[in-house]
Amino acid sequence: MTTPPIVVAYDGSGAGERAVTLAQTFAESSGAALIVAHVLEWSPYSFLTKEEIEERHKRRKEEMTRAEQALVSPVVAKLQAAGLSVSSDIRFGHVAETLVEIAKASNASQIVIGRIGSSGLGARLFGSVTGTLAQIATVPVTIVP
Amino acid sequence: MQRFSQRAALGVFLTAFPAMAMAQDEAAATIGDTINDIFAASTGWFVALIFANVPGTTVPWIVGWLVIAAAVFSLYFGFIQFRAFKHSIQLVKGDYSDPNDAGEVSHFQALATALSGTVGLGNIAGVAVAVSIGGAGATFWMILAGLLGMATKFTECTLGVKYRNEYPDGSVSGGPMYYLDKGFKERGLPLGKFMAVMFAIFCVLGAMGGGNMFQANQAHAAISGVVGDYPGWITGVILAGVVFAVIIGGLKSIAQVTEKVVPFMGVLYVLSALVIIAMNLDMVGEAFREIVAGAFTGLGVTGGIIGALIQGFRRAAFSNEAGIGSAAIAHSAVRTKEPITEGFVSLLEPFIDTVVICTMTSLVIIITGQLMVNPETGLYILNDSGGIATVGDTSGVALTAAAFSSVFGWFGYVLAVAVFLFAFSTMISWSYYGLKAWTYLFGEGKGKELVFKLLFCFFVIVGAASSLGAVLDFSDAALFAMGVVNIIGLYFLMPVVKRELNGYRARLKSGEIKKFK
Repeated sequence: MTTPPIVVAYDGSGAGERAVTLAQTFAESSGAALIVAHVLEWSPYSFLTKEEIEERHKRRKEEMTRAEQALVSPVVAKLQAAGLSVSSDIRFGHVAETLVEIAKASNASQIVIGRIGSSGLGARLFGSVTGTLAQIATVPVTIVP
Repeated sequence: MQRFSQRAALGVFLTAFPAMAMAQDEAAATIGDTINDIFAASTGWFVALIFANVPGTTVPWIVGWLVIAAAVFSLYFGFIQFRAFKHSIQLVKGDYSDPNDAGEVSHFQALATALSGTVGLGNIAGVAVAVSIGGAGATFWMILAGLLGMATKFTECTLGVKYRNEYPDGSVSGGPMYYLDKGFKERGLPLGKFMAVMFAIFCVLGAMGGGNMFQANQAHAAISGVVGDYPGWITGVILAGVVFAVIIGGLKSIAQVTEKVVPFMGVLYVLSALVIIAMNLDMVGEAFREIVAGAFTGLGVTGGIIGALIQGFRRAAFSNEAGIGSAAIAHSAVRTKEPITEGFVSLLEPFIDTVVICTMTSLVIIITGQLMVNPETGLYILNDSGGIATVGDTSGVALTAAAFSSVFGWFGYVLAVAVFLFAFSTMISWSYYGLKAWTYLFGEGKGKELVFKLLFCFFVIVGAASSLGAVLDFSDAALFAMGVVNIIGLYFLMPVVKRELNGYRARLKSGEIKKFK
């Protein structure tokens, strides 16, 4: 029986780096594979102009490529160099919901995510990704400060 | 207090219209008058041709043309607008959207963007024009035209997606000019290219008319209603400057902000109407009786039943643009594997635009008692120009404003902002449609596009400076001319849509197209 993989949310920030570091130690001790997940915030209910609609397909491709090349690939390469089994998953959507979907689809044992640490008015008004994730996740979530 | 604010709001709106007549009385010809005269003289023949009556009747042939087409498509597709209504809503909700396609334009976004191009002055000013000439009965015919128009939209938007051009960089161009051209070629029919060119020419004119001058004109009426009367060309120059900044200067942020504010203005408008209707719930039944009675008796309006019918049909077409071909341009940019799904989504547009929003405007005007009725005969009292006398002698935007302000005194100001924003967003939408037609005619290229955009800005000024009558007539005529060519094409290409529909149905049944939610 193989160990279920661990999903680590990575957005290129310092918090993301810390999450990757912790996930790496988990993976090394348990032998689990890692899935580096990156979600591009996207709502199907936002309003677009006619030009934005026309260019959307092109932009989506560009955004995808940029995320892949500038953010995800270097981390995947670094983890692979450390001898781990790593894959990546880049998607568009609501960040917390999409992370849960990625975890579900891969039968992951847990999600590791870093928090930015904003506890101010903004987080109170709009909620935070980590807060939402803790509420809706179907697997254990490790929040890295 | 309420009476005072009500009259104040009324008063400010009133100034816009008598001012136009006053300007004409003045001996000294202003810039506005000169533009107006040249404009009326040079477009008169075109207007006369489009609105010529069917020989021996008082029915403009173009109105019959649009309604007969809508009825034909409704029958041909077995009243698809009712049968597919539920499926259309499911598509918009994203029930059939593949999660792997997240990040692409959703059906909801396609619908919202297309709606922001059509929901606007047609729903506010157009409806007021319809009921102030055709009486409450015009509403009945407007709703009927809206329901039938759903089938026309379904047909044209499916074709728009099916025959669009896709370019290597992933961008797309579509619309009637492409399906007339490619669709006719595919079916071995002649004259496809000729009709495509005709459509594109009319589309450029329609963009300058209904999509631009009419909007600029009403935006000026709205502003001068709030700040007092001043020459229209001043609004024109300012508005042209903003349009210039967006379409030439590439100031996308303005368009993006407008695109986001307009839906909220739309929701605010509908909510206000609902509140007024809810406050007068006991009068809704009576209002509907008046609508139905007016539809079949005319209640004394000029032209009787036919007068009410023509007004209802004409303003419905102007508001929801079904059969005009503009929606086919808007929807063709959406990425979808199934062209027919855009058809399903687009059939909701005439429903939301005409059946829901236009009806609300008209209910508010009727419920608040703006149309003057002779208590003895129960018939409308007519004014000198043959329209129905209204409480404040208003028409167009001012009549809608008066109706809303009679309940909410402050609404005149909100409406002025809404009218301005709606006008602006419709102008930006139509600059896009016009440009697509222009590039179809002359090819793509920075220089060629710039010529169109500069012309567009110039007509903003012309529109704001002209009187309503001349602008309204030309706007309608140019839009409807698009409908003439487009609908001929739709008749020849509707079997293609039927094939798409049958294929889609079969795949839906077999489970090949599956629900994700």
